[in-house]
Amino acid sequence: MVEHRPLTDFIAYAILTLGIFIVAFPVYLALVASTHDAATVVGGHMPATPGSRALENYYRAIFVGGTRTSREPVANMLINSFVSAIGIAVGKIFISILSAYAVVYFRFPFRKTAFWIIFITLMLPVEVRIYPTYKVVADLRLLDTYAGLILPLIASATGTLLFRQFFMTVPDELLEASRIDGAGPFRFFWDTLLPLSVTTMAALFVIQFIYGWNQYLWPLLITTQDSMQTIVIGIKKMLVTTDELAEWQLAMATAVLAMLPPVAVVIFMQRLFVRGLVQTEK
Amino acid sequence: MEKSIVFNNRLLPYMLLLPQLVITVVFFYWPASQAIWQSFLREDAFGLVSEFVGLENYQALFAQPEYYRSMLTTVIFSTLVAALSLSIALLFATQADKNLKAAPAYKTLMIWPYAVAPAVAGVLWFFMFQPSLGMLARPLRGMGLDWNPLLNENHAMMLVVMASVWKQISYNFLFFLAGLQSIPKSVIEASAIDGARPVRRFWTIIFPLLSPTTFFLLVVNVVYVFFDTFGIIDAVTGGGPAGATTTMVYKVYADGRLGGDLGGSAAQSVVLMVIVIALTAIQFRYVERKVQY
Repeated sequence: MVEHRPLTDFIAYAILTLGIFIVAFPVYLALVASTHDAATVVGGHMPATPGSRALENYYRAIFVGGTRTSREPVANMLINSFVSAIGIAVGKIFISILSAYAVVYFRFPFRKTAFWIIFITLMLPVEVRIYPTYKVVADLRLLDTYAGLILPLIASATGTLLFRQFFMTVPDELLEASRIDGAGPFRFFWDTLLPLSVTTMAALFVIQFIYGWNQYLWPLLITTQDSMQTIVIGIKKMLVTTDELAEWQLAMATAVLAMLPPVAVVIFMQRLFVRGLVQTEK
Repeated sequence: MEKSIVFNNRLLPYMLLLPQLVITVVFFYWPASQAIWQSFLREDAFGLVSEFVGLENYQALFAQPEYYRSMLTTVIFSTLVAALSLSIALLFATQADKNLKAAPAYKTLMIWPYAVAPAVAGVLWFFMFQPSLGMLARPLRGMGLDWNPLLNENHAMMLVVMASVWKQISYNFLFFLAGLQSIPKSVIEASAIDGARPVRRFWTIIFPLLSPTTFFLLVVNVVYVFFDTFGIIDAVTGGGPAGATTTMVYKVYADGRLGGDLGGSAAQSVVLMVIVIALTAIQFRYVERKVQY
C-alpha cells in the first residue's frame, strides 16, 4: 500500500489473526476432542486443552475400530483412500497428457470433434448423472472395486485442457530440432515433451490427489462392503449409529486422520498447489 | 492458435486419444444419455417394465411443491454462501495485500481448509454446534436460545451455510489476493496523490479493477454450492429437518435412492444439466471477455 501507518498495520494484523482463528478453530476442537475419553466429550464440558488419551484413541481408531458402532478400523479406509486418490490423479494425468499430445501435435480427420467430445465433459459433474453412472458401473461388475472408484472420476476435461495449454507454449523450434535429429513422435514425446511437462504434471497431481481423496457421493454409492470404504465416508458412518451415543472421540480422531494427507499436501507443496489451482480453473 | 509443424502419422493420434475417449464415452456420454432417456420413461415398482410416458415425469416434477421448495432452498443457500464467503475472503485478502512482513505466513495459514473434505468440514461444524455436547451450542442455549439444528429448520440452514462458507473462504482468498497483487501500484499511488483516502481508493479504483476476479469467483462459488456442498449437507443434516436443507442436487440423490423414483430423479438430473450448461456458458462468455469498467 501507499502509506504506512502503524494503526492501519495493526488493524490489518488484528483482522488477519481473527481470520486465522476462525479458520483453525473447528480443526483445533477436533484435535482436542480426539485426545479425551468418551465421557468427557459427550458430557458437554470438554476443556479447551488437549487431554491424555491421544495415543489410546488414535490406536483404537486406526487398528481396532469402534465398539458400539462395530465399524472397520481406519487403517483399511486410509489404504482405500490412498489407492483411489493416487489412482485418480495418475489416471487423469496419463489419459489427458496422451490426448492433449494427439490434439496439439497431429493433424487428422475428426480432430476438432474429438476435442469437443472431451471438452463438453467439463460441464457435467458426476453429481448430476449419479444413478445412470451407477448402473453402468454395476453392469460392468465394478461395484466395490478400485476400478469402480477411480475410472468414472477420471473422465473429465480439465487435464486435457491444461496440457493442451502448456503444449501450445512449447516453442516449435524444439520439435524442428528433434525432427532434424531423426526423432519420431515417441522419441519427441519421451525425450523432450515429457521432461518439460514435469511441473505441470506435478501441479495437476496435487490438485487431483486432493479431489480424489475428498470424494464423498461417489464412494458412498458404489461401495457396499465396509472393506472398500474410504475414510471420508467412514467418518460419516461412524456418527450414524443405531445406539444413541456416537463415539465422538474416535470420530474426531478419524476426522483428523482424514484431513492430514491432503492438508499436508497443500502446506508442503504450496507453490505447486497454487499453480495447479490457478491453471485448472482458467 | 495452432502448431505450424506437426507429425503426420495416420493411426497414432487415434491410439493416443483412445483411452480418454473410451472412458469418456463409457462413464460420461452413455450415463448422461441414459439419464435423458430415462426421464421420458416410467418404471413399475419392481423395475421390470418401463413404458414411454413422454414429458409426464417433467410435468409431475413441476407439479411438486417440494421441487419448488428445493429450488428456493438452493437459491437461498447459494446466495448466502457466495455473498458471505466472497465478502469475508475479500476483507482478509485486502488486509494481507498491505505489504505486511508476515503476509506469506498468513497466506499459508489461510489456504489449507481448501484441502478439508466437505463431508469432514460438515462433521467438524456439527461437532461444535451439536445441541447437547457442542462447545458453541451450549453458550447459545445458555443465553436462552433453543438452539437445535436437528429440529429447527433455520438453525439447520445456518449451520450448513457456516460450514460451507468456512470451507470456501480459502479458495476465494487465494484468488482475491492474486487479483489484488496484479493491480499496478502506480494506479493506486496516482489516486493517493490526488488525495483519495484508502476507503475511497478501494471502492473507486481497486474494487472495479478486481471485477474480473470477483465475477469469475461468483460463478465458481455458485457451482461449488450446487455440487461440492453435497457432502456437507449429507453429513450435517441429511437434507432435513423436514427438507429444509434439501438442495436440488440433494433431491436427485434422495429421490433416486430412498424414493426409488428413477424417472423423476432422471428428469431432475436433466434440469440440473441445463442449469450447469447455462452457468458454464456464462462463465466462458464473460470471464473470457474480462469484465471491467
